[in-house]
Amino acid sequence: MLDQSSEGYVTADGRQIGPVVLELKNITLRFGGVEAIKNISFDIRTGEIRAIIGPNGAGKSSMMNVISGFYVPQEGEIIYKGYKRAKMPPYQVARTGIARTFQNIALFEGMSVLDNIMTGRMNLMKSGFLKQALWWGPASREEDEHREKVEKVIDFLEIQHIRKTPVARLPYGLKKRVELARALAAEPQILLLDEPMAGMNVEEKEDMSRFILDVNDEFGTTIVLIEHDMGVVMDLSDRVVVMDYGKKIGDGTPDEVRGNQDVIDAYLGVSHDE
Amino acid sequence: MLYREAGDFKTSYASDNQTFPIRFDRTAYWVVIAVAFLLVPMVLTDYWANSIVIPFLIYVIAALGLNILIGYTGLLSLGTAAFMAVGAYSTFKLTTAFPEMPIYIVFVLSGLVTAAVGVLFGLPSLKIKGFYLAVATLAAQFFLIWLFTRYGWFFNYSSTGQISMPERTMFGVTITGASASSTAVYFTCLIFTVAMAWLARNMTRGTLGRTWMAIRDMDIAAEIIGVNPLIAKLSSFAVSSFFVGVAGALTFAVYLGAVEAGEAFGINKSFLVLFMVIIGGLGSILGSFLGAAFLVVLPVLLKLLLVDGLGWPSDLARHLEIMIIGALIIIVLIAEPHGMAALWRTMKEKLRLWPFPH
Repeated sequence: MLDQSSEGYVTADGRQIGPVVLELKNITLRFGGVEAIKNISFDIRTGEIRAIIGPNGAGKSSMMNVISGFYVPQEGEIIYKGYKRAKMPPYQVARTGIARTFQNIALFEGMSVLDNIMTGRMNLMKSGFLKQALWWGPASREEDEHREKVEKVIDFLEIQHIRKTPVARLPYGLKKRVELARALAAEPQILLLDEPMAGMNVEEKEDMSRFILDVNDEFGTTIVLIEHDMGVVMDLSDRVVVMDYGKKIGDGTPDEVRGNQDVIDAYLGVSHDE
Repeated sequence: MLYREAGDFKTSYASDNQTFPIRFDRTAYWVVIAVAFLLVPMVLTDYWANSIVIPFLIYVIAALGLNILIGYTGLLSLGTAAFMAVGAYSTFKLTTAFPEMPIYIVFVLSGLVTAAVGVLFGLPSLKIKGFYLAVATLAAQFFLIWLFTRYGWFFNYSSTGQISMPERTMFGVTITGASASSTAVYFTCLIFTVAMAWLARNMTRGTLGRTWMAIRDMDIAAEIIGVNPLIAKLSSFAVSSFFVGVAGALTFAVYLGAVEAGEAFGINKSFLVLFMVIIGGLGSILGSFLGAAFLVVLPVLLKLLLVDGLGWPSDLARHLEIMIIGALIIIVLIAEPHGMAALWRTMKEKLRLWPFPH
């Protein structure tokens, strides 16, 4: 059983988890008459790998879109780093240190891998318009400094050989990895991964799992993960939120969730008119 | 054996990021610049200057501008000629109001005025895209031309409704007006073209260019990453209009000398620049040069060949030209959507491996 004090807790493998960084309170999201998310609350702690699982259509991706600011919930509030987050467009949410990847790869197909990852750093680059136009000292120096940081991400994810390749030419598994690289380049505090392993074979899944653990371990990045592969989720995550039909039906460590009767029902299916 | 990357080691990110990573290309670039500045002025005749070289240089600037908007940011515009007209009329108003102002400064200011107008007409792009945006820019085309022909203030109430460029000098050399030598005009256009191509390259290689391309390739993902779509789209409109405005200013001041908005800057000209960008290559600086060269040279070449060479009537040659351009656009769109620049790139990739492609 976890000690859920405000200070954090120590995981089974001995990692220290910090205090709550992002808290979702009573979030309700509607599309017209459909309630995609019904009054859901949970928190994410610093340094944690937090999974959101649930059957198709449970509202997991909507939840992620709420966190990344793409959807604005009708009710509820988001407390981020101790403050209630004001209503803001997604590009401002990105500037507060939240980066994400997409379920259907959303890379910039017309650009090279390097340019895609460099775009991820755009919020950290400060050169003004005129300096860029003239490629004046500071602008070209800044470009080189950020290139160095990007090269570290490229090394980390082992994609050196494709850095100058146009993204459109890459196979699916590598595209997923480049998308992770683009998100990582922003040096986020919270990294949202929407089905990072969808459609991958076993080896690619192993690679990706290793990268996720390494990111968490080396950079201390908090990770929120949506994934369908139960084996992966149970192995990777520290705590799991389970959603079904827009409602939260479980929240806890992988072991607790696995034993939860509601969760078993949601996954194995029960007749609802019982 | 010359065309190789092997042995040309990059030891810094700056040298890895440079525009021409292959030594042969770098040499070729400086040779072209040297020829343009030193050799061409010596052999340039008035006929070649006025029929090919000067319109080519001016159209390169316009094509670069439109390419930034369409090729790099993915926003379709059919109002190019109207923005050229804004540049032309700004030059006329500025230079008649402030005759002492150096004419190069006037050209740059005209570009800035056009940038402001471009931002104004770019506002719809925040809500609409694709065909709908094209229609909105089409409205700019007709509205601006109507404005320039209807309101006397713009052409200083001249009885003909035309604007004509007074004589102006720069560094003691006559640049505009009837007595300007074609060498002076050539150098003016060349300086502006080289400077603006350099600016375009710098803007598209850095953060600014990446934000534009991010909006073009996937605007939702761009916004999630932190691109402010408002700033990205409007900056693209501003920069694009600046280029197009300078091209319009040069068209009026040094190339035509006297223009009437509806005649010189009609919708046909908008399409001509659009075709240059499409045939040359969307999202490519080199493509803007290739497209402009192709569409400027083609009519002259056809005229030389068909009218002067074979003795065909000139209207037949003119119609044939329209048919050829139309067919080319369809062929390019089907066979090579990235235009002549992509063909060039493919050729270079093959050349790097030649003669042992394995």
